[in-house]
Amino acid sequence: MKRYAPFIIVILVAAVTVGSGAFLYRAKVAANPPLKIPKATGEKPGESAHVLGPPNAAVTLEEFGDFQCPPCGKLSEPINQLQKQYNLRVIYRQFPLPMHAHAKEAACAAEAAGRQGRFWPMHDLLYREQPAWSNSRDARTIFNAYAGMLQLDLDRFKKDMDSSEVQEQVELDQKRGALIGVRTTPTIFLNNQSVPPEQLKPENFATAVEAAVKSAKPSS
Amino acid sequence: MKKNQKAGSTRQRSRWEIIFYSGAALIALVGLGEATYLTVISLSGETAVCGNSADCFKVLGSSYAKVGGIPVASLGALAYFIVFTFATFAAFDYGRVRKFFTWTVLAMFAVTLWLLFVQAFRLHAFCQYCLFSAALVFLLTGLVVARPSTAQSNSNL
Repeated sequence: MKRYAPFIIVILVAAVTVGSGAFLYRAKVAANPPLKIPKATGEKPGESAHVLGPPNAAVTLEEFGDFQCPPCGKLSEPINQLQKQYNLRVIYRQFPLPMHAHAKEAACAAEAAGRQGRFWPMHDLLYREQPAWSNSRDARTIFNAYAGMLQLDLDRFKKDMDSSEVQEQVELDQKRGALIGVRTTPTIFLNNQSVPPEQLKPENFATAVEAAVKSAKPSS
Repeated sequence: MKKNQKAGSTRQRSRWEIIFYSGAALIALVGLGEATYLTVISLSGETAVCGNSADCFKVLGSSYAKVGGIPVASLGALAYFIVFTFATFAAFDYGRVRKFFTWTVLAMFAVTLWLLFVQAFRLHAFCQYCLFSAALVFLLTGLVVARPSTAQSNSNL
């Protein structure tokens, strides 16, 4: 029996390693669905607002967001799902809050990616990986790595991130938000109606969108 | 009388060898767990974070973290598993595997030195997971070097 013991131990360890690895992998993939990076998102480089969905959609969702704000991150995936489910028109505007150290840099990274037609993949990546970069001392390195992951022209991305045009674009969105009374993030409008803060929780937000879709249908 | 002394020393040697190889198997098991975790992180596309530093991302997201599309962490897991296997068999008195154990650990030590060089001089960033793994390999190498001479002479069996 002693002769067979090492075989049994090694086989057991191999089985436990493969099993726990597979379990962990499934859990990780379920928690972070792989990014879908469309080749063309209908976004034109340099366009001021970032729009997803048809222009004649029954409901337009306009978000003022901050990439470093955790509630915005929690809403990102539900908004993506609702956009597909109800064919919403989603507009994203930058509203980086001064209290978040890397928020403006992240907004610039998204704008710089947008200049190469990849705003939405960068938007999804920044929100998905928010815990990884928001506490980092060197977020810029991470953003450059994201640009590489999205197969952007890295030199152009770095140049665009520092360009005055990109900075101005972010400030323009901020000014627009401030003008209409945006103070915090996320601030979301459904057909120009502001969504109350209690409905901005991921579990309540779908109900708010459903109500907007229902009230939009009779008139359309 | 001489026979009894010889038998006693063999028993003692055998006990030391069991402790030595069991310790090595345990260290390899810890390394296997860590390397498996890093493999999963790499395959699932998640970003590994080391506290507040971006260094893990820099190292694990670099071109050095994959060889021919295969994550280096998975090769590490395989190496730790091989070391674990050899150490387990050696602890159960399978004398022939001892020299394979030694060579595998020495090969891992060489690869670890290369990876440390890459982190220090090419990437200018250190990943804590990699440093922990390097510490385990150093420990295994230390065990091999400091192994009692009786066990070494037995490895020729």
